Amino acid sequence: MSDPHLDGNALAGPLREIFAVDVTSATSRCAACGQTGAVANLHVYPNAPGLVARCPGCEEVVLRMVRTPDAAWLDLRGAVSLRIPI
Amino acid sequence: MARAAIPGRLTWRVGKLAEARAETPTARTLVLDVPGWPGHLAGQHVDVRLTAEDGYSTQRSYSIATPADGDRVELTIQAVPDGEVSPYLTEVLSPGDPLELRGPVGGWFVWRPTGVDPVLLVAGGSGVVPLMAIVRARRAAGSRVPFRLIYSVRTPGDVYYADELRRRARDDAGLDVTFAYTRAVPDGWPHPPRRIGVADVNTNGWPPALTPDCFVCGPTGFVETVADILVALGHDPRRVRTERFGPTGG
Amino acid sequence: MLRVGIVSPGFRGRPRSSGPELPPGQYLTEDFPVLSAGPTPRVPMDRWEFVITTETSREHRWTWADLMALPSETPTVDIHCVTKWSKLGTTWRGVSLDTLMSDVDTAADYAFVHSYGGYTTNLPLADLLDGQAWVAYEYDGDGLAPAHGGPARLLVPHLYLWKSAKWVRGIQLRFDDEPGFWETAGYHDYGDPWREQRYQGD
Repeated sequence: MSDPHLDGNALAGPLREIFAVDVTSATSRCAACGQTGAVANLHVYPNAPGLVARCPGCEEVVLRMVRTPDAAWLDLRGAVSLRIPI
Repeated sequence: MARAAIPGRLTWRVGKLAEARAETPTARTLVLDVPGWPGHLAGQHVDVRLTAEDGYSTQRSYSIATPADGDRVELTIQAVPDGEVSPYLTEVLSPGDPLELRGPVGGWFVWRPTGVDPVLLVAGGSGVVPLMAIVRARRAAGSRVPFRLIYSVRTPGDVYYADELRRRARDDAGLDVTFAYTRAVPDGWPHPPRRIGVADVNTNGWPPALTPDCFVCGPTGFVETVADILVALGHDPRRVRTERFGPTGG
Repeated sequence: MLRVGIVSPGFRGRPRSSGPELPPGQYLTEDFPVLSAGPTPRVPMDRWEFVITTETSREHRWTWADLMALPSETPTVDIHCVTKWSKLGTTWRGVSLDTLMSDVDTAADYAFVHSYGGYTTNLPLADLLDGQAWVAYEYDGDGLAPAHGGPARLLVPHLYLWKSAKWVRGIQLRFDDEPGFWETAGYHDYGDPWREQRYQGD
């Protein structure tokens, strides 16, 4: 089993501060290996200076989020695309 | 220093503890009144924020234990040894005290009563909380969708909602509840305590041919073991939804 | 301290203290929290290496045996994590970057540090020299545990601890300051705890 981690459900609250819709049920495509799946299924490592979500297939970083006092930094370079159901 | 809320984005709200109920010697259900609560789907969770006098603050996520019910939101908290937040929520927070929370959040691990496929719920320890919300939502909606809950727990004394589950298994038509005990079994149990395995899921779950929606919740190791079993048994991975709880958020 | 939430009556949190010997906004901790942005890399010792690459692509390599053969130091230092915990008087054993850089010819100003597992961070080369940094392989008298960055990590205690890259693999010397893993996600390029440089723009 991989190191202790949570999953993308843990991103729901922080992402909901930025977006008006739930993003955890969106489908992401990993930029490194192409695997697709729900954001809720990403491996999330929350014990860090920010939230890091990795591909369950290849463990490369798909999404990162840092919350500063007056901003949220969202880095999605590890995702080719996000398909968000509306 | 409240910042103007941006419409559509979620911000923190303050609820008040109305009452608390012991579920086990170490777990407590908090009944919160949250004015203006927008409602929620069964399976969703909230983020809870605690702030000390000196401004230090910390957050944890907790699943909502009940279906939408006006301003009422219930959370079941497990006291974690040497935890930072759970001892406060299970021992210090008192009726009338405020509690800051953000939610509801989570759109993946949810069940809507409009679903028609059978549902399999597999709970590991405190992972039963969102699944109980789903069981209660089914009843509240008058749904007849066939449900099976497999609840893995260390000992009979660790079971949350024990009386209610007994009652529902008897009275909610179409709901079956089975237990898997990992450390100590009740008298007369057919086998010694053991970790949940293929046999439990195969015998007490739904056959893949019925294309059930599966919800698995608990610690990461438990969730991955059960999800692997379900897929190995032939369930469509897209129909298996998982939610991992921290090893110990505290 | 700026309070952002309502006070939770009776909530204390973990034992913590602040004090004049701590940088602003930091709390003293007795344990050693493990923070990580991903799975712990497992590096077989027979394949472990540390590489300094100059701006002209010249490489200086050390195997584990090479590292162990170098003179080591046992610094006692205070460490400060940007998540607000600090630990005073931590003891380490490692090889000074002054030793590792002693035969390296460079005109570069910046260092881009990279680790097994993909983590990266950046800092001025000057902050790695003059007794300010080590490749550390022992903590508190024992071999450095994988969770804390073992077999070897960078240790640069005068900056926030995210600059002390765990599982360090190499340093690339550059003319420009290339932001690393956390720096591209909102954290400060330099990270001086005494000026509370946590985030970009601080």
